[in-house]
Amino acid sequence: MTVTAPRAKSTPSVPAALRPLRSLHPGAWWLWATGLAAAASRTTNPLLLGLVLAVAGWVVAARRTQAPWSRAYGFYLRMGIAVVAIRVVFAALFGAPVPGHVLVTLPEVTLPDWAAGVRLGGEVTLEGVAGAVYAGLQLATMLACVGAANALANPRRLLRAVPGALYEVGVAVVVALSFTPQLLEGVTRVRAARRLRGRRHTGLRGLRGVAMPVLEGALERSVELAAAMDARGFGRTATSDAHVHRAGSGAVTLAGLLGVCAGLYGLLDAQSPVALGLPLLTLGAATATVGLWLGGRRSTRSRYRPDPWGLPEWLVSACGVTAAATAVVASTVSPDAMNPSTSPLVVPTLPLLAVAGLLVAALPAWRAPAPDDFGGDR
Amino acid sequence: MIRFEHVSVRYPGSDHAVLSGLDLEIPEGELALVVGRTGSGKSTLLRCVNGLVPHFTGGLLTGRVTVDGRDTRDHRPRDLADVVGWVGQDPLAGFVTDTVEEELAYGMESIGVAPDVMRRRVEEVLDVLGMAGERARPLTTLSAGQQQRVAIGSVLTPHPRVLVLDEPTSALDPGAAEEVLALLQRLVHDLGVTVLVAEHRLERVVQYADRVVLVPGGGAPVLSGPPAEVMRTAPVAPPVVELGRLAGWSPLPLSVRDARRRSRDLSERLSAVRPTHPRPDVVPLAAPVVATASGVVVRYGAPAARPALRGVDLELRAGEVVALMGRNGAGKSTLLSALVGLRRPDGGTIRVGPDAADAADPHALAAADLVRRVGMVPQEPGDLLYADSVAEECRAADGDADASPGTALAVFADLVPGVDPATHPRDLSEGQRLALALAVVLAGRPPLVLLDEPTRGLDYPGKERLVGVLRRLAAAGHAVLLATHDVELAATLTDRTVVLADGEVVSDGPSREVVVASPAFAPQVAKVLAPQPWLTVAEVAHALRAG
Repeated sequence: MTVTAPRAKSTPSVPAALRPLRSLHPGAWWLWATGLAAAASRTTNPLLLGLVLAVAGWVVAARRTQAPWSRAYGFYLRMGIAVVAIRVVFAALFGAPVPGHVLVTLPEVTLPDWAAGVRLGGEVTLEGVAGAVYAGLQLATMLACVGAANALANPRRLLRAVPGALYEVGVAVVVALSFTPQLLEGVTRVRAARRLRGRRHTGLRGLRGVAMPVLEGALERSVELAAAMDARGFGRTATSDAHVHRAGSGAVTLAGLLGVCAGLYGLLDAQSPVALGLPLLTLGAATATVGLWLGGRRSTRSRYRPDPWGLPEWLVSACGVTAAATAVVASTVSPDAMNPSTSPLVVPTLPLLAVAGLLVAALPAWRAPAPDDFGGDR
Repeated sequence: MIRFEHVSVRYPGSDHAVLSGLDLEIPEGELALVVGRTGSGKSTLLRCVNGLVPHFTGGLLTGRVTVDGRDTRDHRPRDLADVVGWVGQDPLAGFVTDTVEEELAYGMESIGVAPDVMRRRVEEVLDVLGMAGERARPLTTLSAGQQQRVAIGSVLTPHPRVLVLDEPTSALDPGAAEEVLALLQRLVHDLGVTVLVAEHRLERVVQYADRVVLVPGGGAPVLSGPPAEVMRTAPVAPPVVELGRLAGWSPLPLSVRDARRRSRDLSERLSAVRPTHPRPDVVPLAAPVVATASGVVVRYGAPAARPALRGVDLELRAGEVVALMGRNGAGKSTLLSALVGLRRPDGGTIRVGPDAADAADPHALAAADLVRRVGMVPQEPGDLLYADSVAEECRAADGDADASPGTALAVFADLVPGVDPATHPRDLSEGQRLALALAVVLAGRPPLVLLDEPTRGLDYPGKERLVGVLRRLAAAGHAVLLATHDVELAATLTDRTVVLADGEVVSDGPSREVVVASPAFAPQVAKVLAPQPWLTVAEVAHALRAG
C-alpha cells in the first residue's frame, strides 16, 4: 500500500467522547473485520472485492500500531495472491472445459473411461480463467480481512477478554504463542552449535541432531515457566470442591454449545422449519452462558485494566455489520451485479448499495480512536 | 518469618539427602544470603520456602517449613503466592505476559486483588523499580538488568512478606548487578521485606547481607550467622574476605570500604615490593598471529539500524589469554560469533588460522575445517553436547575433528579427573559440563579457543580449576579469548583485556593497566590497595611470603 494514511490529528472536530485515550477493544476490530469478510463472501464482483481490500488496507494503514503483529496485513495479502495464482493454474490444468474465447491450448492427456469427466490440459478459455480469478479473489479478500483483524488487534489482548471459565485455555494459547519464537531461537542456537562441532547442519541426520536438543530445551523451559506460574498463584480456586464444580459447569456449557449447533443447523438448513432453529439457538446460547458463568465463579481471578466496551466499540462494530448487511440485501436486490457472469463474460458493474455499505466500513480509518502506541521508542 | 524445623529433603531415585536435619530461622526484615558450592542444595533450600519442594518437584520432605505461620505441607506454592515472592534463575523463562505493565499485574490477577488496588500498586512498583518510562515496553526488548528488575517487581506487587531470589545477578554485567542490588537494598530498608538470596558472586552481595547461611552440601549441617563470622571459615569467599583472612583482620571486612580502612599497614608492607606476575605481562610480538579482525561491522535487522559492531580491529596471538569485557549488549557475543564464522561481517574482514600464511575467512570454511582453526564454547555449554555419555561424546568429537581416538577423553580426564566416562552429560555439574564442552572443542586442537561467559554458575573452586586449565592451554600455545562479566576472573587469568562499548573497542591493553583504571571493571583487591597495582590475593600472598 503506497497510499498515505489519514492521521488522527487531521480531524480535530470529533467530539471528545468518541476519542478516548485508549486503544479500541480487540473484539470490536474482529467484529468489524468479520463484517467485511461476510460482505466479501456475498460477492464475486472483482470491483467490489477490490473495494473491500482497499477499505481494509486503508483502515489498517491508519490505525495499526508499531507492534510486530501489525505487519500481518501484508503477509495475508501475499497469501491471497498465492491463492488466486493456484486457483487459476488448477482451473487451467484440471478444470471442466468452459466454452468461449480460447487463450491457449495445452496438450491434453487422454484418460481412460473410468476417469470420465476428469480432464487434464486442453483448451484454456478467457471465461474459465475469469471464473477462477473471481472465485480466487473472493477467498483472497476474506483472508485479507482476517489479516486486517490480526494487524489491528493484539491477539493476546483478545485472549485476555475470554470468559473466566475458559481462562486456562486462554493461558495455554498465550504460552504456545510465546513458545514458537523461542523454539525458532533454539533451532538457530543448536544449528550454530553443530557447526562449532564441525558437523553438517543440513540433511536428515542433521535434522535429528537439531530436533532433540531443541525439544529438550523447550521442555525444560516450559517446566521452569510452570514453576514460576505456580509460585505466582496460577490456578488458585475459591471453593474446595473445585473438581465437582468444574465438572458441573463443563457439562452445562457443553450442553449449551450442542444446542447452539443444532439451532444454527436448523436456521441454515432450508428444509427444516424455522420454528426449530431459532428457539433451540436461543436456548443453547443461554445455557452456554450460564455454564461459562458458573465456571467463572470458581476462579478468584481479577482483571487488570480490562478493555472497556464503549461507544467507539459499538460504532466500529456497527460499521462492519453495515457492510455485511448491505451486501446481503444487495445480493437479493441485484444478484447479477453482485455475482457477474463469466460465461458469457460481461463487464462487471458496481451495485451502489453494497458500495455505500463498504464506504461506511471505511469510516473507522478516521473515526476510531488512534492507537496509543506500545513500545513507543521502537 | 521463615522457619525450618528438622528439614530433610530427598529426591526420588537419589540415594542421599540433599538437605538433612536443617534447623534455620530467618527473622523478619533481614537480608539473608545463602552460600555454598555448586550442587550443595542452595536452590532446593530456596524452593522449600514457597513449597515448590516438594509440591512441584516431587521428592520427600520431612520436618516442617513454615513461612509467616503457614506450613508448606498444607499450602501449595500457589496458596503461598501472597506471602512469598519467588524469582527463578532465568527471568525471561518465568515471564507469562508480554509487556512490563501486564507482567507486574499478573500475580495480583491470580490472587484476585481488586482492580483499583492493582492499578495503584503497579504504579507504586514501577516507581520502586525506577521503570515508569518502560511500562509499555515488550519484555523481550528490555536489557538483562531491566528484565531481572521486572521479574522482581512482578512478584512484589502482591505485597509478599518474603522475597526469594535464585542467583539474581549471575548473568548481569557489573553495572546492571548494582541496579538490582540497590533495588533489593531499598526493599529491605524501606519496606521491611524479608529477602533470601542465593548467589555465587559473593563479591557483589555479601556486604549487603545481615545473615549468611552456609550450605556445605553432602548432608553436613547448615551454618547460619552474622556474615563476618560465617565467612571466616566458609569454603567460598570473595577476594576481599580472602585478603582479610590473609592479613588476619578481625572482624573480617566484607566490603571494599571496610577493607580499605583497615589496609593501611598492609599497604605500607607492600609499598616496598612490586607485584611479580607469574606470567609475562605481554606476549612476545614474535608469537604467530592466530586471528585478525579488521574494521569488522555487524548489523542486525534493518540496514539503517545501529550496528552491533562498528569497525572492530583485533589481533590475537598464540599463547595469550584475553578478556573481552563490556556491558550486556555491547557486542561481545557478536564479535565471538563473527570470529568463529557463525555470523558473516557486513563489513571488514576476519582471518583465522595457525599463522598469517595460512589464514582463512571462518565463514567460508567447511565445518570440518573450521574446528581445526577456531573452537568456541557457547554460553550454554550443553548446546554442544548430544550423546548419552561422556565417553560417547568424546568419541564423536574425535571423529568430527579427525583426531586420534581417545584425544578428547584424555583432555577431559585432564581437566576434571575422576569422572566416570559412562555418566550422562546432563548429570554432570555445571563446571564438569563446561569442561566436557571444552574437551570436545579441543579435540580439533584449534590454535584459537573462544569462551562465552564461562563462569556463569561456577563457584570459586570451580573457577580456580578453570583458571588452571586455561593457563595450561595458553602455555601449550593456544590463544584464548573469553567474553566475561567476571572482573575477578579477568584479573586472575588474563594478560590482556579488551573493553567493548556500543560496538567499538574502547580500550585494549595489558589487563593490569586496563582494569585498574576502570571503576566498573576493577577487581576488589585493586580497589582496596589502589593506587598500588595489585590485582589478586594470590599476588599479595606471594609478595608477603617473599618479603
